[in-house]
Amino acid sequence: MHVTLLTRLAKWYMQFDDDEKQKLIEEVHAVVTVRDAKHTNFVEFRNFKIIYRRYAGLYFCICVDVTDNNLAYLEGIHNFVEVLNEYFHNVCELDLVFNFYKVYTVVDEMFLAGEIRETSQTKVLKQLLMLQSLE
Amino acid sequence: MALKIVKGSIDRMFDKNLQDLVRGIRNHKEDEAKYISTCIDEIKQELKQDNIAVKANAVCKLTYLQMLGYDISWAAFNIVEVMSSSKFTYKRIGYLAASQCFHEGTDVIMLTTNQIRKDLSSPNQYDTGVALTGLSCFVTPDLARDLANDIMTLMSHTKPYIRKKAVLIMYKVFLKYPESLRPAFPRLKEKLEDPDPGVQSAAVNVICELARRNPKNYLSLAPLFFKLMTSSTNNWVLIKIIKLFGALTPLEPRLGKKLIEPLTNLIHSRLVITLHRASVEKNVCLIGLVLPIVCVCVCVSNAVLISLSSGMPNHSASIQLCVQKLRILIEDSDQNLKYLGLLAMSKILKTHPKSVQSHKDLILQCLDDKDESIRLRALDLLYGMVSKKNLMEIVKKLMLHVDKAEGTTYRDELLTKIIDICSQSNYQYITNFEWYISILVELTRLEGTRHGHLIASQMLDVAIRVKAIRGFAVAQMAMLLDSGHLLTGNMQRNGICEVLYAAAWICGEFSEHLDDPMQTLEAMLRPKVASLPGHIQAVYVQNAAKLFATVLQKHEGATDSQAAQDTSQLLIERLPLFVQSANLEVQERASCILQLVKYIQKLQQKDVEVAEEVSALFAGELNPVAPKAQKKVPVPEGLDLDAWINEPPSESESEDEKPKAVFAKEEPKQSRARHIEVDEKELARRREARKQEQANNPFYIKSSPSSQKVYQDAPGVEHIPVVQIDLSVPLKVPGMPMSEQYLKLEEERRQKERADKKKKDKKKKKREKRGKGKRDDSGPESEEDITPAHQVDIVTEEMPENALPSDDDDKDPNDPHKALDIDLDKYVPSAENTLHKVTVCMLHAEKQGDLSITRHFLV
Repeated sequence: MHVTLLTRLAKWYMQFDDDEKQKLIEEVHAVVTVRDAKHTNFVEFRNFKIIYRRYAGLYFCICVDVTDNNLAYLEGIHNFVEVLNEYFHNVCELDLVFNFYKVYTVVDEMFLAGEIRETSQTKVLKQLLMLQSLE
Repeated sequence: MALKIVKGSIDRMFDKNLQDLVRGIRNHKEDEAKYISTCIDEIKQELKQDNIAVKANAVCKLTYLQMLGYDISWAAFNIVEVMSSSKFTYKRIGYLAASQCFHEGTDVIMLTTNQIRKDLSSPNQYDTGVALTGLSCFVTPDLARDLANDIMTLMSHTKPYIRKKAVLIMYKVFLKYPESLRPAFPRLKEKLEDPDPGVQSAAVNVICELARRNPKNYLSLAPLFFKLMTSSTNNWVLIKIIKLFGALTPLEPRLGKKLIEPLTNLIHSRLVITLHRASVEKNVCLIGLVLPIVCVCVCVSNAVLISLSSGMPNHSASIQLCVQKLRILIEDSDQNLKYLGLLAMSKILKTHPKSVQSHKDLILQCLDDKDESIRLRALDLLYGMVSKKNLMEIVKKLMLHVDKAEGTTYRDELLTKIIDICSQSNYQYITNFEWYISILVELTRLEGTRHGHLIASQMLDVAIRVKAIRGFAVAQMAMLLDSGHLLTGNMQRNGICEVLYAAAWICGEFSEHLDDPMQTLEAMLRPKVASLPGHIQAVYVQNAAKLFATVLQKHEGATDSQAAQDTSQLLIERLPLFVQSANLEVQERASCILQLVKYIQKLQQKDVEVAEEVSALFAGELNPVAPKAQKKVPVPEGLDLDAWINEPPSESESEDEKPKAVFAKEEPKQSRARHIEVDEKELARRREARKQEQANNPFYIKSSPSSQKVYQDAPGVEHIPVVQIDLSVPLKVPGMPMSEQYLKLEEERRQKERADKKKKDKKKKKREKRGKGKRDDSGPESEEDITPAHQVDIVTEEMPENALPSDDDDKDPNDPHKALDIDLDKYVPSAENTLHKVTVCMLHAEKQGDLSITRHFLV
C-alpha cells in the first residue's frame, strides 16, 4: 500500500463484498499511516490486529486474529520482501506495479489459505525460477 | 527505474500490452476514468476473439483493473475460458483472475469443476499447483464437496510441493464442506510425520487451526505433538505447536504438568541463543518464540491451579522464570518487544499479581514512552500493582501525564484509570482521603473531559462514606462553587460542570461544617447559575434551602434576628429567577421553597423562632445504598403487590381483562377502606416512624425525600393521594457499612497487619518447607475480612440449552467452525465406507444396469 492510498496489491483470504473491501482498505490506511517509526508495528483493528511494516514508500500490512503471534508475521512480511528483492533483483515499486501477476505468484508461494506456507527463501526462489522458465 | 525484462520474445509482446495499460493509466492521471473505460471497451473486443493468447492478455489487463477497484465479474465466463487453456502461462492468468474476483455467488463456478479436476490430476505439477492455489481463494461448498476426494489423493502425491499445497487447502475445504473432515483426517495425521519438513509444518498448521476452535477433539493427538515439539527445530512450527498446547492445556491438566519441563528448557536454551543472535542480526522473530512460550506457561499454570490435582512444586518457579524473561523483553529498546512484554505481563498479572509487582519501576518508566499503545498497556498493568505505599506517587506521576497529554482520548483514559485505581476495592489503598479529595479537585481543572460525572460521583461517594473527611471536603467544595471558571466552562452533558452538582450537594448536606454558609449561599444563588444544565440547577436550589436552614440556626442562636431576616430576603429575591426556569424540576423545587421562605419571613417578622423547625426539614442521615437493596426489602405480611390499587378498569374493555377484574375486586375495596381510616393522628405517628426509619434506611442519592418532607410538614399543603406502604418493621439491609466503621476498620486492619505479618512470614516458610505449592495469595497485602459493602451477585446469563460459551463466534450464525466440531475418534469405521460410496457412484456411471452390486455397497 502506497503512502498516498494507492493499493498496489491486495490478497483476501476471507469473503467480502467489493465495497466492504474498499472500506476496509481505507480504514486500514487511516490507521496505519498516522503512525511513525516510534510506534509499535501492531495495531488493534476491529476484532483483529494489523501487523505492518514500512519499506520506503510502501506499507506491507497483514491482518490477523488477535491470538496470532505478532512477531512471527512480522518476520513473514520481511521474508516476503526479501524474496521479492531476490526475485526482481533489487525490487522497486514499479516492479510490483508492472509485474503484479508475478507478485501474486510469490504471495501464493509463501502464503496459502491464510497461513504461512513456505519460509525457506531458497526453496521459494527455486520454485519461482522454475515457473519462470515455463513461460 | 529501469525495468528488467527477462523473458522470451512472445512474452515481450504479451508484456507490452499490459505495460501499455499501466503506463497509459499512469499518464492519464486527470481523466483516468475516461481512459479506463476506453480500455475496457478495447478489452471487450479482445475477449470476443478466438485467439487464446489475446484473451489471456485481456484477462491479465482486467485483473489489473480489478486491483484498482473496478468490477470485472461480467467477464467471468471469459476467465473460465482462459483457465482452460493448455499453456501454463495463460492458465495461471486465468486462475489469478478467478481468485481475485470469483466468489460464492459466481454462477460460472460450476463450469470450472471439471476443469479443476483435470488440472488436479495433471502430470505437470505446476498445473496442479496453480489450480490448488487458485482454488483456495474461491472454493465453494459445491466445489469442496466435489473435489474433496481429489485433493485428498493429492495429499499423498510424490512431490512435496503438491503435498504441501494440498494439505493447506484441505483446511479451506473443511470449512466449506465439514463432512470431509472425517475421512480426510487420518491422512492429515499421516502428514504430521511426513519426511519433508514443509509438508509437516503445513499439517501442523492445519491441525492447529482446527484445534484452536474445537480443542477437545484433538486431545488424542497431544502425544504426537509433544514428540514433534521436542524434536523439531523449525521455529515457525514450534510457535504453532505451543499455541496449540495453550489451547489444549485447560482441558487436560496432566498435560500441563508434563509440558513444564520441556518448555522451561526451551525458554532457557532459545532465549539465550536467540537474544544473542538477535542482538547481532536483529532477527526479531526468534524472540517472538518466547512470547507464545510465556503465554503457554501462564495457561499451563492456570490450568494447574484450576484443576484439583495439585502437587506441582515448580510452577511458581516457572512463573518467576517467565517474568524474568519478560523483564528482559521490556527493557529492550525495540518498541515491539516492549509492547509484547507488557502484554504478556498483564496476562500474568491476572493470576499472579505478586510476581509482577517487583517490576513496578520498569512499568513506571514505560509510562513515559512516546508511543501511546505502550503507555496504555503500562496503564493496564498499573491497575494491579498499586499498594498503599506507592499509590500516591503513582497517581502523582499520572497527574503529570494528564497535564502533558494533548488530545482528549488519552487524557480521558488517564482520568478513568486514576479514578479506577484509587477507588479499587472500596478505596482499599487510600490512606489519606484529604489527599484524594484534593486530587479530585485538581482533576476538575481539566478542560473538555467527558468524565465529569465520574469525578462528581467519586466526590459524593467519598464525602458520604468517610465522615472524618467531611469538613475538609466541604471547604474544598465551597471553593469550587465560588470559582467562576467552572460556570463558564463546558456546558455539555457529563462535562466538568457535573462536578458542581456534587459540590452543591455536599455543601448543602454537610453544611454544619461550613465556615461561612452565607457566602456559599450567595454563590449558589448567583444569576449565572441559571445557565447550568437543569439537573444541576435543581440540586442548587434544593441545597440552597438546606443552607438556609443552617444559616437560620446559626443566627438565631446568636439572637441576631436581623441577619436571619436578611437571609430570607435574599432568598426571596433570588429564587424567582429559578421559578421561571424552563426545567420542570427546577421550577417545582424553586416555587416550593419560595413559598416556604415567604411563610418563614412572616413568622420571623412576628419574632417566632423558626430555626428548629426548618432544620427539622432536613434531619436524618443519608447513607449509601447497596445496589440490590431494593430487591431485598422484605415484603411485609398482608401486602399483596399484585393487587389493584384503584378500581379495575371498566367492563367495556376487552374480555381478557375480565378474569383479572373478577379476581381482584375484593382487594381494592380493602385498601380503599384502609386509606379512609387514616386520620391526623395516624399521619403524625407515621411521619415519626418514617423519620426514624430513614435514620438507618437506604434512599436514593437524588434527594427527593426532602421534597416529600416539605410537602407533608408544611401546613396547608394537601396530602398527595398516594397509598403509603406503612412498614412498621424497620428495614435492615445486610452488608452495608456505616461510615464510621470504615475508618475504624482501616485502623484495626493496619494494626492487625503488622501483627499478622510476622505470623505470615513464619507460615510461608513452613509452607515452602512442606513443599506444597498451594495457591499463591493472589490478593495484594490486605488480609482483612471486611464484609463487602455491596453484595454483588454475578448473575450468570441465561443461555439456551447445550450452548457453550466458548462457541460464541461473532462472525455469522453459520459459523463453519461449529460444523467442524465432530468427534474424530469415531471416524475409523465410517471413513472407508464413505470413500467406497463415492467410488461406487462413479463406477455406477460406467456399469449401467448392474444395480444389485451397487445397492449392496451403498448400504
